[in-house]
Amino acid sequence: MGKKQYTIILAFITIVIACNKDVTEEFFAGFIKPAHFPDPVYRFADNPVTKEGFELGRKLFYEPRLSRNNTITCGSCHIQSSAFTQHGHDVSHGIDDRLGRRNSLPIMNLAWIPNYMWDGGIFDLDLQPIAPITAHEEMDETVANIISKLQVHPEYPKLFKNAFGSETITTAAFMKALSQFMLMCISSNSKYDSVKTGRTSFTVEEAQGYTIVQQKCAGCHAEPLFTDNSFRNNGIGIGANDDMGRYEVTLNENDKYRFRVPSLRNLAYTAPYMHDGRFYTLDAVIDHYSFTVQETQNLDPLLKQNNEPGIPLTSDEKKKIKAFLNTLNDKVFVTDKLTAEQ
Amino acid sequence: MKFAKLLNVFVGSVILLTSCSKDTIEPDYNEGNLSDLSLEFDNIVGGQKLILNNVNYRSAAGETYNIQLLQYFISNIKLKKADGTEYIVPQDSSYFLIKADDVETRFAKVKVPAGDYTSVTFVLGVDSLRSTMDISRRTGVLDPAGGMEAGMYWGWNSGYIFFKMEGISTAAPVDPTGQHKYRYHIGGFGGYSAPTINNIKTITKDLTERGIAQVRAGRRSNIHFMVDISKVLSGANTISLATHPQVMFSDFSVNVANNFTDMFTHDHTEN
Repeated sequence: MGKKQYTIILAFITIVIACNKDVTEEFFAGFIKPAHFPDPVYRFADNPVTKEGFELGRKLFYEPRLSRNNTITCGSCHIQSSAFTQHGHDVSHGIDDRLGRRNSLPIMNLAWIPNYMWDGGIFDLDLQPIAPITAHEEMDETVANIISKLQVHPEYPKLFKNAFGSETITTAAFMKALSQFMLMCISSNSKYDSVKTGRTSFTVEEAQGYTIVQQKCAGCHAEPLFTDNSFRNNGIGIGANDDMGRYEVTLNENDKYRFRVPSLRNLAYTAPYMHDGRFYTLDAVIDHYSFTVQETQNLDPLLKQNNEPGIPLTSDEKKKIKAFLNTLNDKVFVTDKLTAEQ
Repeated sequence: MKFAKLLNVFVGSVILLTSCSKDTIEPDYNEGNLSDLSLEFDNIVGGQKLILNNVNYRSAAGETYNIQLLQYFISNIKLKKADGTEYIVPQDSSYFLIKADDVETRFAKVKVPAGDYTSVTFVLGVDSLRSTMDISRRTGVLDPAGGMEAGMYWGWNSGYIFFKMEGISTAAPVDPTGQHKYRYHIGGFGGYSAPTINNIKTITKDLTERGIAQVRAGRRSNIHFMVDISKVLSGANTISLATHPQVMFSDFSVNVANNFTDMFTHDHTEN
């Protein structure tokens, strides 16, 4: 064997070793705003996303110690393969098989959301985890107690030190780590996103569906996040538990029966739909808008044009809408190793 | 001999008098020269001392009740001198949780420039600014890590519960836990993304009648307030535990909160 052959073999070995490394270790790029997205609303200045903070947040997100009897994690009701919702459950299913009263929302594009939950009662992502942690039917734990559990854990104090500079775990560090993980759950790799960034184009049917969505849905489901972050009564009728939605946090009569406008992204993974998960299929949702919009208090005016409740849609239009909605499903988001349980 | 004895007594009295009249000359105002001051919150129920659990009280509605838990936030303390000079205690050092079951917490201890203060202002509650601040600025009593039971924070509707009172009343209906328990959790700072109820009360008390606070180096002046908890149910608004056993985040809470201001009376000041 000549000298040249040795060099080639050596180079080959080097490449193999380099490729073997964990890609997430090597290429953690932090929070990057997708080019076609607006500026985020989250205050990154107070909590810049770092590799250490994100990885700690990810570990906490999948940590059962966050629940009273160490059985439930954030990931229990926010499953990545279901776009971080609890697929198949109308309302969230928590500790001791207790049931909540609302459908679990996706952990998705939260940096662009100014307030959280179906009623918008929480205005800061760093405060959000307190709600599911302390809720009797979710994790039934206290943050103070979680911190006590983590403080005596063999790994956590060191991980907190690496991320936030101190082995003493504070409420703020705990919350900010979770925020760093959740902020990185970005869905921006659907076909729609590829079209918007000029990498592909819609089929004829998708393009027609897109036009209909722009005309008939965009009043609430605004691009590119497919929500305008408002709270509206979409005429589904008052639920069995008389959940009054936004009213519960504002006590404003005009907010009764209004709920968050959810995003249209990743609908293929997030059934059932609505605040109480009452619609199991997308067809049922679309049919609701065309046939069964009910005139309850504060029905959104966009759903009652020309004095007729609902949005008139032909079956051909519904088919095209569905074709377009399919382009909002983001396979990368639901399979990304970066945000998966390690 | 007799005269000498008399003189001795006289001199002794003078010394005694001198030592009793503390430093009455007001020092020049200097914001950098801080001394100790405390506001004491002494919980009473009408003409009685507040005793948790064991004692029954009677409300204006004619209902009998006891108090098992009582805690509230005092914040944003400001002092004013006769000439109008105002000193605002730096906000980071101006939040206190007064808990009836922990006597140590009855003092809100602050540092203010030496001087004679004729009025004091404080907030019953946690102001909207702090309620919406980054979580790293909510440490100590403001740490929202407490649980649903003992905590003073609403996780589902971001904001502090700033007045919490619970107890048993035969007038209250049986609750799901099988007790005749009433629970008053009062909060609401006005809302962040949408306006809503604001139950925060700013309370200003004149100190000239019952004793001004003479803050001097080397000692702690203490402004002693009586906090009459009976006013919660029997203040300007008469509240019935039979009809309102649970008052939390609701429009009705405004009626309870409007009784708060009258709870506070300046009793005296220890200088």
